[in-house]
Amino acid sequence: MTEKPYHAYLDHAATTPVRRAAVDAFVRASASVGNPSSSHAFGRAARRLVDEAREGVAAALGAQPGEVILTGGGTEADNLAVKGLFWSRRSADPRRTRVLVSAIEHHAVLDAARWLAEHDGAQVVELPVDSRGRLDLEVLDAQLDLHADEVALISVMWANNEVGTLQPVDDVVAAARRHGIPVHSDAVQALGHVPVDFATSGLAALALSGHKLGAPVGVGALVARRDVELTPVLHGGGQERGVRSGTVPAALAASLAAGLAAAVDAREREAARISALRDELLDGILASIPGVTARGAAPGPGRLPGNLHLTVDDADAEVMLFLLDSAGIAASSGSACQAGVEQVSHVLSAMGVGDEQARGALRLSLGHTSTLDDVEAVLAALPAVVERSRLARKAF
Amino acid sequence: MRVLAALSGGVDSAVAAARAVEAGHDVVGVHMALSRSRAQHRNGSRGCCSIEDASDARRAADVLGIPYYVWDLSERFEETVVADFLAEYAAGRTPNPCVRCNEHIKFAALLDRAVALGFDAVCTGHYARISTDGAGARHELHRGAAQEKDQSYVLAVMGPERLARSIFPLGDAPSKATVRAEADRRGLAVSGKPDSYDICFVADGDTKGFLRDRLGASPGPVVDADGVVVGEHDGAYAYTVGQRRGLKLGRPASDGRPRYVLSVRPVDNTVVVGPREALAVTELTGGDVVWLAADVPAAEWTRAEVQVRAHGTPVGAGVRRAGARLDVRLDEPVRGVAPGQSVVAYAGTRVLGQATLVDRA
Repeated sequence: MTEKPYHAYLDHAATTPVRRAAVDAFVRASASVGNPSSSHAFGRAARRLVDEAREGVAAALGAQPGEVILTGGGTEADNLAVKGLFWSRRSADPRRTRVLVSAIEHHAVLDAARWLAEHDGAQVVELPVDSRGRLDLEVLDAQLDLHADEVALISVMWANNEVGTLQPVDDVVAAARRHGIPVHSDAVQALGHVPVDFATSGLAALALSGHKLGAPVGVGALVARRDVELTPVLHGGGQERGVRSGTVPAALAASLAAGLAAAVDAREREAARISALRDELLDGILASIPGVTARGAAPGPGRLPGNLHLTVDDADAEVMLFLLDSAGIAASSGSACQAGVEQVSHVLSAMGVGDEQARGALRLSLGHTSTLDDVEAVLAALPAVVERSRLARKAF
Repeated sequence: MRVLAALSGGVDSAVAAARAVEAGHDVVGVHMALSRSRAQHRNGSRGCCSIEDASDARRAADVLGIPYYVWDLSERFEETVVADFLAEYAAGRTPNPCVRCNEHIKFAALLDRAVALGFDAVCTGHYARISTDGAGARHELHRGAAQEKDQSYVLAVMGPERLARSIFPLGDAPSKATVRAEADRRGLAVSGKPDSYDICFVADGDTKGFLRDRLGASPGPVVDADGVVVGEHDGAYAYTVGQRRGLKLGRPASDGRPRYVLSVRPVDNTVVVGPREALAVTELTGGDVVWLAADVPAAEWTRAEVQVRAHGTPVGAGVRRAGARLDVRLDEPVRGVAPGQSVVAYAGTRVLGQATLVDRA
């Protein structure tokens, strides 16, 4: 069968369509030449675009323009936060080698921390979560009671990318503040979906990614308080406060700001609409397919509005995704990053979901272009997909 | 038909899939991840499961406009093909891992999955032909038209039922060169990719080193036919019947003629060597018979041609089936036949059946 156009895109958490405003901003800005670091008129024009973009990003997040460090995306922002904070805190105080992260962090945080453990003497503590995928604050408190003097940083994501559970970032910040420990939060999945205000969050740093909210791939930002020291990961021309060298891409920056502004402006309305669709999808699935368990936090304020995560008993993710794809429905098993060969999700493992059930993980994520047609397409196709997957189990 | 095309990342499977698309089938491409360490870099032609191969397969699917997936069969591959390879060498036999892969992976695990997902057939780039009688009830396996590439020898093992669910679009291709030219014409970037050879899971082509790593060194004697010790080895499993090179015997034979491995005895970890003529055999006994030709049962002595290695010359013979056993009387002696090898019986271009060699005399 030749590739056919999709009927339903339910993988917004992997990447979401670029918003019109972001496309327009990109096209407009890319029409002119100029390196923002040049002092001539062309450079100044580009600089102006970047500054306006920085102001736009800051305004959408409740941050100051000077706090916005533009990066190549969310992964780079997370790496800069984790490594940059670790190196600067340790050089200020050699005892500070401990890195506390939640066990369900995206690999951009988790693997950056593990790399520091393997290559640079960090002691990484992966903090447990409950069965809904929410951080266990008691374990965090216990770590801080015992080792506060050794902690370089804490990193806890705002919302989990696989199961959609929001994390108690306020409580983490409150606990860390007593010991003066900086907290970083990967907010890649949260922005545009739930309210995020950098100033009131008390965070030291926050990572965001353009393509998860309707801006293009290839641009993101680390928002970091001015009093937070970061050791650079990329060295070069000294752009972005000297912590992120490389010519600032003016058109991508403008597009990020436009996409983020559009996402934040529409957030309340979209979140209500999308969560209603999500709930309808969940209810329909639970009513028509036996042996399905909804994972993550209950629908409501503790969960991303567009995220639906299921485990399907006696079925394989690989097979369900294949059959859904054949039916013109794009979904995911939880993360698009382990492309190709499937592995059991570290998030589900941390939540105590057994490997057997984790094999049947299915993430359906909705976003700004989702419609009732998408929901109905899934509800029409999924029962047969699950049935066939279960029958095929013997061969897998 | 709904057809699952196995895409290795090479030229043959890409052109085979293209032909299946052109024949009007609904085709989906699948690349099997068979190696557990996929990051392993392989040079040029070796192997079929590196990341580069997966990416070549994906690009071929893009050009053909068909969906593409990677299926992880590495565990099954390790448990069947690699485990069998090690166990056979450890037992002093000479396995053919491509035969085992066709038996356990391509026309078993892959085909079973395909059928379970609603596919009618699996398409591969093998050089062999399948013909059916008018009613489509009887499927015959024949040698491929490209003599030097013919792969019917390694395919007989799949058996008659699976043959009916297989498609080999390259069966009538006259040569590899024409397949390459066709790949080029179709815009498949793999057209110039070198042929794969050797054993795909032995990344550097060093089978002896692979066996030593996995089975451990195990020194023992090399003896002549009279039991006189003429040298030593670091693992009898690394020797195969008929082998001459790499024996590293300190002392020349009394008659000054080259010596060959006559047998490998795992029981006392001994390699037996002797002159070339001692390798000649005319009677073969095969086990685990897989018979494709229901209309040629060979319950009594039946004339056939028998082939004992992948690109060996067929030899006229009488064959007789007795249950899971196949007896073979060759018209003329063949040399260097080792237990573990496949014995395939042909009638002209048609494959009658195959067995695994257990004994010879």
